[in-house]
Amino acid sequence: MSKVTGRARFADDLSFHGMLFASTVYSQHPHARIKKVDMSKAMDIPEVLAVITPDDVPGSNGVMRGFLVLAGEKVKYVGDGVALVVAKSETAARKGRDAVVVDYEPLPPVLSIDDALKSGASLVHEDKEDNIISKSRYQLKKGDLERGFAEADFIVERTYETQFVAHAYIEPEVVIAVPDFNQEFMTIYGSIQNPFSARAAVAAALGWSVGQVKIVQNAVGGTFGGKDECAILNACRAAIASIKTHRPVKLSLSREESMVEGPKRHPYRFNFKVGVKKDGSILAMKSELIAQGGAYNNKAQFTNWRASIHATGPYNIPNIETRVFGVYTNTIYGGAMRGFSSPQCIFAQESLMDEIAQELDMDPLELRRKNALSPGHTLPDGQLLGEGGLPAPLPDIIDNTARKFKYSKPAQPQEGSVKKGIGIACGFRGAGLGAEAGADATGAIVTVQSDGSITIVSGLTDNGQGLKVAFSQIVAEVLGVSLDRIVYPTTDTSIIPDGGPTVASRGVMIGGRAMEKAALEVKKKILVVAGEILQLDPEKLTIENEEIFSPDNPEKRVSYMDVVSRAYATGQMLAALSWFSTGVPEFDYETGQGKSYPTYSWGMVITEVEVDTETGLVKVNRALSTHDVGTAINPAAIKGQVYGGYVMGQGMAVLEDIEQANGFVKSKNFDEYLIPTAMDIPDIDVLIVETGDTYGPFGGKSVGEPGTEMAAASVANAIAQATGRRIRNLPCNLERVFLGYNLTRQGTAR
Amino acid sequence: MVPITLQVNGQEVKAEIAIHERLLDFLRNELKLLGAKEGCGHGECGTCTVIMDGQVVNSCLILAVQAHGANITTIEGLGNTEELHPLQESFIEHGAVQCGYCTPGMILSAKNLLDKNPHPTRKEIQRSISGNLCRCTGYQKIVEAIEAVAEGRKGR
Ligand code: FES
Ligand code: FES
Repeated sequence: MSKVTGRARFADDLSFHGMLFASTVYSQHPHARIKKVDMSKAMDIPEVLAVITPDDVPGSNGVMRGFLVLAGEKVKYVGDGVALVVAKSETAARKGRDAVVVDYEPLPPVLSIDDALKSGASLVHEDKEDNIISKSRYQLKKGDLERGFAEADFIVERTYETQFVAHAYIEPEVVIAVPDFNQEFMTIYGSIQNPFSARAAVAAALGWSVGQVKIVQNAVGGTFGGKDECAILNACRAAIASIKTHRPVKLSLSREESMVEGPKRHPYRFNFKVGVKKDGSILAMKSELIAQGGAYNNKAQFTNWRASIHATGPYNIPNIETRVFGVYTNTIYGGAMRGFSSPQCIFAQESLMDEIAQELDMDPLELRRKNALSPGHTLPDGQLLGEGGLPAPLPDIIDNTARKFKYSKPAQPQEGSVKKGIGIACGFRGAGLGAEAGADATGAIVTVQSDGSITIVSGLTDNGQGLKVAFSQIVAEVLGVSLDRIVYPTTDTSIIPDGGPTVASRGVMIGGRAMEKAALEVKKKILVVAGEILQLDPEKLTIENEEIFSPDNPEKRVSYMDVVSRAYATGQMLAALSWFSTGVPEFDYETGQGKSYPTYSWGMVITEVEVDTETGLVKVNRALSTHDVGTAINPAAIKGQVYGGYVMGQGMAVLEDIEQANGFVKSKNFDEYLIPTAMDIPDIDVLIVETGDTYGPFGGKSVGEPGTEMAAASVANAIAQATGRRIRNLPCNLERVFLGYNLTRQGTAR
Repeated sequence: MVPITLQVNGQEVKAEIAIHERLLDFLRNELKLLGAKEGCGHGECGTCTVIMDGQVVNSCLILAVQAHGANITTIEGLGNTEELHPLQESFIEHGAVQCGYCTPGMILSAKNLLDKNPHPTRKEIQRSISGNLCRCTGYQKIVEAIEAVAEGRKGR
């Protein structure tokens, strides 16, 4: 409610007594040695109080697998911070930043995947042997690839590429460090996706223990995976500045700074070789995936692992070999972004399916129906589907989605310059972190207060995606109390054990399970107290509408509030800290076989577009997005996530691209980096499928990422259907759609 | 420093301001009206939207001195804790708010539309908020929330 009245407080809305402002001096080169930093002119500015360089970092300057709080010896991309200017006002801090003179010796930059792999390429990280990101290599092997190719009627080989995409959360990163010198304690307020990772990095940079740092989350203006490395580095800088000046320090990034410094969606290159039979069955698929990691890496080992499991799509392919790795470049870097490599994989995979259908002269829907993973099949990781295994709803999803959309291919050729196209994309998504990080675990605390209100705390954070509502509903439902009783304070790292990051749609699934467990424990305690009052066996009691009674003897009952009063009067605790863990999964990293994820969610998107072939303009008319959600806990919230996710995917398909020239970022603000506006949106319909999967709380699976991951692929396929020409690298922007006007249908627009 | 006088949310405000101060900073820093936010600083995102003399403006592009003599409405001028403005109520009811960062600007753009055109078409609604970027909702529920008020499904 405070969000509609303008009274919600985001990090930039906070101020503290004596607060100073800081501004980062960013690198002027994509790759260069730093020879000298001259801060004298900046220090001459009256309001400037300090200029901070790596020498001022009291603890470790390296945090989060090789990121630097401030670069000292060399800069590896244009978003590297070289120094930090601290001043009494934001204006003075920025003036000071511009007055710092840094002397560089430029080095040849590594700008692309090809640059990175060239023999004799300069090294982005000089302490490494090559530009390949260590631990970013994964492979999956299933069946016998060569035999599969030998039995195939023909072979299709294709290459696809995706671009750097910005999260483009409307709130840029803001952090404030507030020191408490009486007890050597630092509180960080900020728009931070993962408070526990932030705490670890800030403590390391200060040389303190994690317990001395507390991260308090405010309302966060969108994150989608992105308010992470960059926000955390800035938190480290602000904390160091506040130690140095003994004052609270705010660091608030401009849009331009956020675009240049922050993480992005990794670009991927996909090389596919597929063996297909004339009847459309796909026998073998070999895929090589290369991720462009950029200057630093904190996530490619995870995004790549996910990609290795999903690269061949939700199809029954008996013989698979997938290899994936990532490279460093002197460019902006890749991080976590909604979907976590899946939008890239699905774009490539589903473009490939359409191209195979075209070779076969088969309807793309039929090809998917023919190869869809179905009961009795095994997943790429070898897990069984159907009886005795995991749910496999894809064949039904394909049929129902096509029926509801009234799918049929527009007749070809079409008259006039405006052409219609319909594009399909199917997907499956491993739920949670899976075997990517060993065990997947998080905690929850449920406390019944003396006034009957119930405080709930999750180790995972609500970043605007609605966890607060979902968690509150779970607890209210378990305890049989009104939703109004639930109080959900923002995450505070000092009151709950580290529950890992809020990523990979873990929110409802893992966080919700922990919450459900804690609520069940509290319920037990409530029933014990009620049993004392009613003189009945607690095991026989139940709670409904805030009344506790035994179904055998419903006359005898006691109210929830009376139980709470008695518990407090007799010194009984109505609280629980519970922990939910998936356990360490059995998984073989050499072959990619095993229990990659405890379950999968399935989906399909169909999109209709209109392409003006004389201008290249793409209008997305309508879309149907179908999702298996296990059990729909909150259908309205599911739709909200899908609408938002779809439009983000649509942006990736036709508009969004961070343009870089020689390592310099050109699209720094929303005038050059275009995202969809209210004028661009199609009519989106959502079809919710319930598979009765028992995995999440009350069987719920998250939909935040599935909602976005198939959209770009469906739009790209629709454009190719409309124009008869395939664009193999995203985005399908005006130029690419238009320039291909005269090319043959096999042409690529590079 | 120059003196200015203006009406903000129905109250007269007199202040001495620096000639270069943006209206956005004046509202946020001097008046502590924090509902308008800075998302881009370039007139591209609409999070700094306020209504000035019956026009929707990006307060990041306007100098505070230009607002001398003007009548300004910010999100704080709509509804109050006891009673929300119908648009505010409708945004909540329709789930048109996710992270909420774009919400104040969205609501003000919608209000200005409905003040001038109480029964807009869907296209007109979409156009009226096309200067307000939202990355969370995909706009659909925002458009529905505004439509509901326009169609009188929310007491207006
Ligand atoms: S901050 Fe004014 S339009 Fe973006
Ligand atoms: S609700 Fe997050 S930007 Fe609109």
